Amino acid sequence: MKRPVFLSLFLLRLPVMGWVSILHRVSGALLFLVLPLLVWALSASLSSEAGFLYVHAWVSHPFAKWLVLGLVWALAQHFFAGLRHLALDIHWGVQLHNARRSSAAVLAAGAGVTLLAAWALFA
Amino acid sequence: MKTSTLAHTGTTSWLVQRASAVVMALAVLVFAWRLGRAAPLDYPAWKALFETLSMRVVTLLFTAALALHAWVGMRDIFMDYVHHTGIRLVLHLGVLLTLASCVLWMAAILWGAV
Repeated sequence: MKRPVFLSLFLLRLPVMGWVSILHRVSGALLFLVLPLLVWALSASLSSEAGFLYVHAWVSHPFAKWLVLGLVWALAQHFFAGLRHLALDIHWGVQLHNARRSSAAVLAAGAGVTLLAAWALFA
Repeated sequence: MKTSTLAHTGTTSWLVQRASAVVMALAVLVFAWRLGRAAPLDYPAWKALFETLSMRVVTLLFTAALALHAWVGMRDIFMDYVHHTGIRLVLHLGVLLTLASCVLWMAAILWGAV
């Protein structure tokens, strides 16, 4: 007899630390998927003046700017969550109330950096 | 499982993940500093940035650290979600090849005629 499961992603409520954890994983996977593209962009930008302008034009396209913003978010989120992981490694912020605070701080820092990047890209 | 040794406890992966993260963080500081000083960036300035040996070494070290870091991360993801051994091993191989290629490609970009 199959046991009942409760796995509805729309009904499950994750504590804030849970959100930081899954976003850390998702952002990391995203960054991996984008890596070859980034290496290519570096190669093209260094190859010649034409290559440099090509990459610049690509990144300046309004649609591409959103992708760049997404990348910035992924990097910032992953980085700050990573810092939190290092802190937890030395047993900082392990207590529940501190864990909640540090998680909120990570999300806020990620959002803050993303907003700064949005201002730099779109303003 | 032997507990008298640290073999197969995941300690090496854990250490590699943390050490590579620290290396990358330090490298990013170097990049930020160099980029800041080279601004505004046109093609000659951008090219000159990667001409110094120190910049090339730091960039390649960053890429190698990134490959190790990403390997542990992706391996963890596959271990958690992909339970079919054959498929998981294929995915591992795919990730390994991608990362190794990126490192070699970066070396070629920095030192070769790419």
